[in-house]
Amino acid sequence: MGEARQVPGDSILPLRLEEVSFVAGGKTIIDRVSLTIEAGPRTIILGPNGAGKSVLMRLCHGLLEPTSGRVVWNRPERRGEPRRQAMVFQRQVMLRRSALANITYALKLAGVPWRERERRAYEALERVGLTHLAKRSARVLSGGEQQRLALARAWALRPEVLFLDEPTASLDPGATAEVERIIEAIHAAGTKILMITHNLGQARRLGDEVVFLSAGQVKERASIDDFFTAPASAEAEAFLKGELPWLYHDVASPASAPLRLRR
Amino acid sequence: MLLGPCGGRVFHTGGLRLDVIVDALAQAIGLITRLDPTLLEIVWLSLKVSLSAVAIATALALPIGAAIAVSRFPGRRAVIVLLNAFMGLPPVVVGLLVYLLLSRAGPLGHFGILFTPTAMVIAQTILILPIIAALARQAVEDAWNEYREQLQSLGAYGWTAALTLVWDIRFSLVTAVLAGLGRAAAEVGAVMIVGGNIEGVTRVMTTTIALETSKGDLPLALGLGIVLVTLVLLLNGAAQSLRDLAQQRYG
Repeated sequence: MGEARQVPGDSILPLRLEEVSFVAGGKTIIDRVSLTIEAGPRTIILGPNGAGKSVLMRLCHGLLEPTSGRVVWNRPERRGEPRRQAMVFQRQVMLRRSALANITYALKLAGVPWRERERRAYEALERVGLTHLAKRSARVLSGGEQQRLALARAWALRPEVLFLDEPTASLDPGATAEVERIIEAIHAAGTKILMITHNLGQARRLGDEVVFLSAGQVKERASIDDFFTAPASAEAEAFLKGELPWLYHDVASPASAPLRLRR
Repeated sequence: MLLGPCGGRVFHTGGLRLDVIVDALAQAIGLITRLDPTLLEIVWLSLKVSLSAVAIATALALPIGAAIAVSRFPGRRAVIVLLNAFMGLPPVVVGLLVYLLLSRAGPLGHFGILFTPTAMVIAQTILILPIIAALARQAVEDAWNEYREQLQSLGAYGWTAALTLVWDIRFSLVTAVLAGLGRAAAEVGAVMIVGGNIEGVTRVMTTTIALETSKGDLPLALGLGIVLVTLVLLLNGAAQSLRDLAQQRYG
């Protein structure tokens, strides 16, 4: 899919978060986060449950308004204009229509002329291997198929930025591998990837850099290798110890266990 | 046939013998199978009045329900409570209010539509509007909670989002509309008061059943009762099949 439509300076990236806080029900979920997201590297957002990862992503994507601070895109978005960012959720919401129509609906909202919609939708379906299910109702597809359809829908929009909130959390290993392949391909076609995952193996396979979140604050930002081999913050180290005890407790672990994390 | 409750033989419940009931039932079935013109006329007027009321109420109630579902405004909770409470409006009270509005001295008296089918349509519309609006509100709100983030992510806001939502849950909304139709077709109080139960003009199934039973003309009452129950059953059967079909096809 011809992605290279961005003139330098026309890009919506970088995305800057300036002292962004989000408070809900008196509880501070995101606490004065400042962050710059550049085009290019695949960014993995890691952190324990309740760290505020999903909320941070929704603030970036504009699904939530910050309580204070600013979310600034290089090229501000206006309502009514086609969005140049897309998001794939942990649990997809498909409209009660065919797989194909779910994509053409998104393309219509993105201002794609109707003549082009079907062709682009089929193209996207083919890339995720769902062409044979194009006319099937989206809601009767399996979880893995729906997730691939969601990726196809996002891909068809040719977004500059794709947000992924635990896209494989409820999938089996086969479906997970397929979803990872698609994410790789979307990135290879020029889309910036921002992904939340609890699967550290997946983080290593798919990520270039890590933004580590704890208690609503960014505690660490590092390349993927640095993060896993030498976390700089105490919080990240504690998190890794909790998630990967065999890396830290020699006695309890077979020697080969760390290899599971290698690509 | 005379008008009024004292127009015919009066049966007391205790005085009804089984053979009278069986006889009346046979006659009732006869009326239906022969397509008795009086019976048909009454059924036809019932359908006209109730379907008109449903059409008008639906056109008003769906947008109202959807708007309340997706918007946030002060007093919203109170509106929802009120709407839900109005689902149980007593038909006679609605009839009384519409009667007062349309009576010669009332604010809308100069239209001269009291005791006409139009008045009955108005009364039934008021009666079922809250039902359809409240059920639609619930259905749209549930869907909105499920769809909101996805639709916003895709860039669907305001009316675009609302229309997408309503179209996507159209089969659930059919249930809301049919609930309204069932209520309209079965109620007797409102149409009795504002229609006046005038033979050949404003007599519908329910008012005729009430009148003929008190007069003792059981065959017509029973015949209409059978037709009414059959219609309600058919409607609900159709609604259920539609939902099943939709569930199967669209998930």
